[in-house]
Amino acid sequence: MASLGSVLLALAFLAAVSAAVIALLGRNGDERRVVLSRRVVYAFCALLTACVAIIEIAFAGNDFGFKIVQEHSSIETPPFYKMAAMWSSQEGSLLLWAWVLSIASSLALFATRKKLREIVPYATAVMMGVAAFFTGLMLFAPDVQPFATLSPAPADGIGLNPLLQHPSMMIHPPMLYSGYVAFTVPFAFAIGALVTRRLDAEWIRATRRFALIAWAFLGFGLLLGARWSYTELGWGGYWAWDPVENAALMPWLLGTAFLHSIMVQEKRGMLKVWNACLVVGTFSMALLGTFLVRSGVLQSIHAFGDNTVGPYILGLIGVVVIGSTLLIVSRLDDLRSPKRIDSLVSREAVFLVNNLLLVGLTAVIFWGTFFPLISELFTGNKASLAAPWFDRYTTPLAILLVLFTGIGPLLAWRKVSWESAKRVFRVPLAVALVATVALVVFSDAAHKPWALALFVFAAFALTGLAQEFWTGAAARRDLSGESMPQALVGLVARNRRRYGGYIVHAGVAVLLIGIAASSSFQTNRDVNLKPGESTVVDGRTITYVKPIVGVDSEKFTYASLLRVEEDGKLVGYLRPSQRFFKPTGVEVGTIESYFAGESTSEVGLEAGLKEDLWIAPRVDVSDVQRRAHAADSGFAACIKGGPGTPPQCKALQAMMLAAKANPALRSQALGQISKLQSIAAERVAKSYLGDNAAVTFKVIVNPLVTWMWIGGLIALAGALIAIWPTRGRRRGALVRTEADARKEAKYREIRDAELDHAVGKLSDEDFAVVDAELRREALEILDGENGAKVSVGANGDAPNGSENGANGNGAHPHEPEKIEQS
Amino acid sequence: MDPQRKRKIRLVVALSVAVLLAVALIYTSFSAATEAKEPSELIGAAPGTTAEMTGKVVTGSIRHAGNGIAFRVRDRDGSGRALPVTYQGTVPDPFRGGREIVLTGSVENGTFVGEPETLITKCPSKFTTKSNG
Repeated sequence: MASLGSVLLALAFLAAVSAAVIALLGRNGDERRVVLSRRVVYAFCALLTACVAIIEIAFAGNDFGFKIVQEHSSIETPPFYKMAAMWSSQEGSLLLWAWVLSIASSLALFATRKKLREIVPYATAVMMGVAAFFTGLMLFAPDVQPFATLSPAPADGIGLNPLLQHPSMMIHPPMLYSGYVAFTVPFAFAIGALVTRRLDAEWIRATRRFALIAWAFLGFGLLLGARWSYTELGWGGYWAWDPVENAALMPWLLGTAFLHSIMVQEKRGMLKVWNACLVVGTFSMALLGTFLVRSGVLQSIHAFGDNTVGPYILGLIGVVVIGSTLLIVSRLDDLRSPKRIDSLVSREAVFLVNNLLLVGLTAVIFWGTFFPLISELFTGNKASLAAPWFDRYTTPLAILLVLFTGIGPLLAWRKVSWESAKRVFRVPLAVALVATVALVVFSDAAHKPWALALFVFAAFALTGLAQEFWTGAAARRDLSGESMPQALVGLVARNRRRYGGYIVHAGVAVLLIGIAASSSFQTNRDVNLKPGESTVVDGRTITYVKPIVGVDSEKFTYASLLRVEEDGKLVGYLRPSQRFFKPTGVEVGTIESYFAGESTSEVGLEAGLKEDLWIAPRVDVSDVQRRAHAADSGFAACIKGGPGTPPQCKALQAMMLAAKANPALRSQALGQISKLQSIAAERVAKSYLGDNAAVTFKVIVNPLVTWMWIGGLIALAGALIAIWPTRGRRRGALVRTEADARKEAKYREIRDAELDHAVGKLSDEDFAVVDAELRREALEILDGENGAKVSVGANGDAPNGSENGANGNGAHPHEPEKIEQS
Repeated sequence: MDPQRKRKIRLVVALSVAVLLAVALIYTSFSAATEAKEPSELIGAAPGTTAEMTGKVVTGSIRHAGNGIAFRVRDRDGSGRALPVTYQGTVPDPFRGGREIVLTGSVENGTFVGEPETLITKCPSKFTTKSNG
């Protein structure tokens, strides 16, 4: 099977290279070659899928002849973790990278098979170039071949590190990878657009969804990582500004900026240079993330070892950055936009500000992350920056971002008159004011000005968003006669991109409230308690009732039963524990070896909407360790049968001697020994119960931290709504031609303006101007098509904008279909 | 004001903000950073020397001392003399002998005293090659 896998992998590499070559040969409109290259990409995807299947089958079947299986799984590894163990290895994670890329490339090429004919060959070449790079690594770089074998095959594997045996740890890497990888698609199409000088918004429209999917995956991956850290690592935090965390955050931030600024290019034809730079930056950051995890250049908690792959990836980053920069510079004339931002009070202006903030944030994090290398260059010393330095810059920038998260949705495109601005800002500003007063009077927020500012801005943003939903739904209700909830659902369903985006904004605001509250108002104490003793933390009485000890063949578990009371009333019991694992892959060891492997914490967590009570114990097992050592020596002495050993030892010794003479008895003797040993181990482990030993508990009271997870999930839901294809067009969405897409985009813009007018964001005069302009642009598009369509587009539908002003969603959404049918 | 002029002013303002941010970043990062040192460089260092120490915990050297722990570290490649370290507070899960750690603190009487909450233990698990694992 392994040799089959190697052959398939080699074929996949050839497929990637030839798809790139064939696509480039077809760049001058040779349709047959373009079709062929697309099919070779599908074949590439099929080949890698087969490779992944072979590895997974090997994991499922405990085929320890595979080196990757032997090193990352064992017979006892639970099935779920066996399936996921592939990507805990270097070579497996590279395979995952290439596989996800093959899927994303196939989907992207399928979606664009009827459009972007000039761009697609180059985009194919870029995607397959990257794919060939990663597939080639697995073939030619030392130590990362996924199909390396061991001969003879060992009987059992080393097993998966217990720290990683956590559900979110298993989903987290593929999420992050999918995020990193999916950014390849917009990057590849951007390069294609630059090469062919087709620099309108077509490539953006075709790949916007991929960028959004990448962004959502990456964000969810970050959230899962934070959650794992909070519940599993026993230090109580969710973010440490660790280089590898930063490496995943930076492409996410740049991706966020990109998702906003491409809207400006789509709607106004501006910011083309900026967008090209952003997509290159985002993709380079994604590669940098992949690189940092496996290079060992920076000191990180995720120190995954120095190895051979790093320099190659660095080389790829260099090629991407230098090549793209040269390409952008050579196309500057084509990228220049004739249009200017009309007004500083418009949505595009706010997008620009938000972009600058996001890029500024990325620059700060980049500088901080790579500071050890920078300082080594200048001072010869690898100095590093800690969390307070990061906080000093990221806090104000994040607070400003929340503010603009609130302002952006309230403003219309192009320009906003003073009257309509007053109308839409009135309520959110009032709520922000009330929130300020309430927070200062009723809470300690005044002592933490940053947190106070964030709460107030978040209140402003959330109110503004709620108002958006309310006025939109009300406008729809007035027209359609639906009930309010119906109108709300219809509104969101009809304008998924807009309202999905608003939901993401709300989620992010909620998430940042959680972060601000839990980081500014956290109580964090280490308390030392003996069984029966109590302590009071933040108004709660915590009593250490008793220790509980668990023993099995792979670990000792030391749990502490804790009673939590508030105002004399029982809140609940918590049972945090610390687990000590034998080193993985050790079959029979000493009792002391239980303390030689990993230890993990199971945190005691009383989660609530108001606050979390988080407790992790640090058990002092030095006495138990000492007894284990003594028991081990006793056991050894017993088997040797020294003088003064009890009569049972004689029997054991006789058995050992018999086993030595007759190998058939060996397994029986070993079984007997391990049975006796496990009895002894249990006795040693439980000796702790008689010690009445004190335990150090790390107790953290984290206010509102639950809202961080809730906010993250809200944002994810919003992203899914925005990604989901609009109903009615779903069937046709993938096969739309370029002209249709352009037409549809313009109709969407008209509809957006009408909605903005209906909800009061655009005054009547502004709307008349904007609407006329949009309709003229729409007619220009239609003029470019055949005469029959123009007549339909021009008769009747076009001039009725102002009467239909309140109708955000009535007649016009049908326009594209009407025209397409004609 | 004519639009050309307005645009120019905006550009100047934006650029100055960017330059200010850059200067602040550079200035504060050099003043806030703690130097990274290996244990061998800290042995015999002047009292009060602060550093971010990166080293490998000597197997079997961890002892409980009061509310904290005491242990010894060597350079990451395992060479050099061992530096005694004390640390108050709870240690991360992966902490044990033989692991690489990063700890911020200062030298006092020949002992490296770690600041609470700064102990980072590297996850040993992923991607380690046999030779350095």
